[in-house]
Amino acid sequence: MSIVQILFWVLAVMALFSALMVITSKNPVYSVLWLIVTFFAISGHYILLNAQFLAVVNIIVYAGAIMVLFLFVIMLMNARQEGASGSKRWVTLAGTVSGGIFLLVLVAALKDSELKTRSAMVMDGQVGLIKVLGNELFTRYVIPFEISSILFLSAMVGAVVIGKKD
Amino acid sequence: MNQYLIAMDSWYILEKLILIGALIGLSFFIAMYTTLAERKIAGWMQDRMGPNRAGPFGIFQPLADGGKLFFKEEITPTSSNRFLFLLGPALAMIVALITSTVIPWGASYVGETRTVALQVADVDMGILIVFGIVSVGVYGIMIGGWASNNKFSLLAAIRGASQMVSYELPMGLSLIAVLFMTGSLKMSAMVEYQMQHGWNVLYQPLGFLIFFVCALAECNRTPFDLPEAENELNFGYHQEYSSMKLGFYLFAEYINMFVSSAVMATLFFGGYDIPFFDETAWQGSALVLSALTFAVMMAKVSFFLFLFIWIRWTIPRFRYDQLMNLGWKKLIPLALINMLISAALLLFLNK
Repeated sequence: MSIVQILFWVLAVMALFSALMVITSKNPVYSVLWLIVTFFAISGHYILLNAQFLAVVNIIVYAGAIMVLFLFVIMLMNARQEGASGSKRWVTLAGTVSGGIFLLVLVAALKDSELKTRSAMVMDGQVGLIKVLGNELFTRYVIPFEISSILFLSAMVGAVVIGKKD
Repeated sequence: MNQYLIAMDSWYILEKLILIGALIGLSFFIAMYTTLAERKIAGWMQDRMGPNRAGPFGIFQPLADGGKLFFKEEITPTSSNRFLFLLGPALAMIVALITSTVIPWGASYVGETRTVALQVADVDMGILIVFGIVSVGVYGIMIGGWASNNKFSLLAAIRGASQMVSYELPMGLSLIAVLFMTGSLKMSAMVEYQMQHGWNVLYQPLGFLIFFVCALAECNRTPFDLPEAENELNFGYHQEYSSMKLGFYLFAEYINMFVSSAVMATLFFGGYDIPFFDETAWQGSALVLSALTFAVMMAKVSFFLFLFIWIRWTIPRFRYDQLMNLGWKKLIPLALINMLISAALLLFLNK
């Protein structure tokens, strides 16, 4: 096995294991911490695909900012060890059923897709480098890019409006 | 497909391992002596002697402090979360140490057979990696504060985390104006740009000021040391810690200071560039040049460390709402305006 393959398997096992721990941990704080591990594993995959910018931004935005807010809320609410779903059985049941259906849809969608015939460009592709990515974003995709930035701005304004007391 | 990782020869790996070891040693050494410098300068500013018992001028004081911390009784509160209680200081330390890998510490040594860069990893993402690691640095404080199972620790941890998240934004925005000029995220390329075009601080004084204020906040230094406000929070997020775990938290703060000084020197003050001197015109041995540039870098870092300490013993602590107002209502708009003006000027001058 080459180093890339070894790295891939280590990262894949890490990502899947930590993702499983996110949903099986009793303590919500542990769930959040495992989710951070998952993000790091996924960033590792991005680096293997030579998508360096995506890898770093994934860590800055998700692991560094969004998960901090998650941790904030959980620590401040002081959520107890037993989750809310343990108290009502039908919630558990509904969750299992909808999760199962989602899995079914995913498998059905990916089974015959063309993804199977394509292999990832490991350590090779240039698309993930910041120069190439910036050029693409600000030339070919400049209108979707700007529109999504307006979307973010409106979401921000909305959050401020909701957050204001009076 | 996989030549990239295999192609590293064993000398390369050895070289990098030695560099990493040297960097960790350097970080610890500088952090140790920053604690002494802090106390000496505080003494000087307050017209007293400062520590002067251990060795001449107290130069063994950091060793004595470290030894004291090591041999103190280690107490883990019974109601704390044991694993996370340990993870907190460990994470703070690891994160503090990682950042130094992408900083160029001196001009590469160009030998007959091989070139040795005084930088562990000259990656394409350079400065963004620093930001990524800094943004993860919050967890050391948050996990430690929460795992202590103490209201004061938790409050301090939450304060610290919200402060760091808030000040990351203006920090990043002030950096963008610098990136406009250098046109690269690579740390070595940024230093080379400044060697040719003059230091960034000349063109971005406001950007540097914002960056410096944010660096103070990110390192939890006065006037932003709210997470350690002892008159409001007893002792801060590390209240329940004792022995070397506490030592790791305190030490990580000094290493953070050291690394952020190095980042500021690299981004705004030309990194290892020797002022008023053209490195390419150097005639003597390459080893001497590398050593000289490293010494210049260290001098710049020491200057910033002195600035950190100076501010600590001069300015009182902010109130919490003042801190948030400064971050969100003053620094972010200022950084945005700075960014816009720089962009407009650059466009105008290029046309």
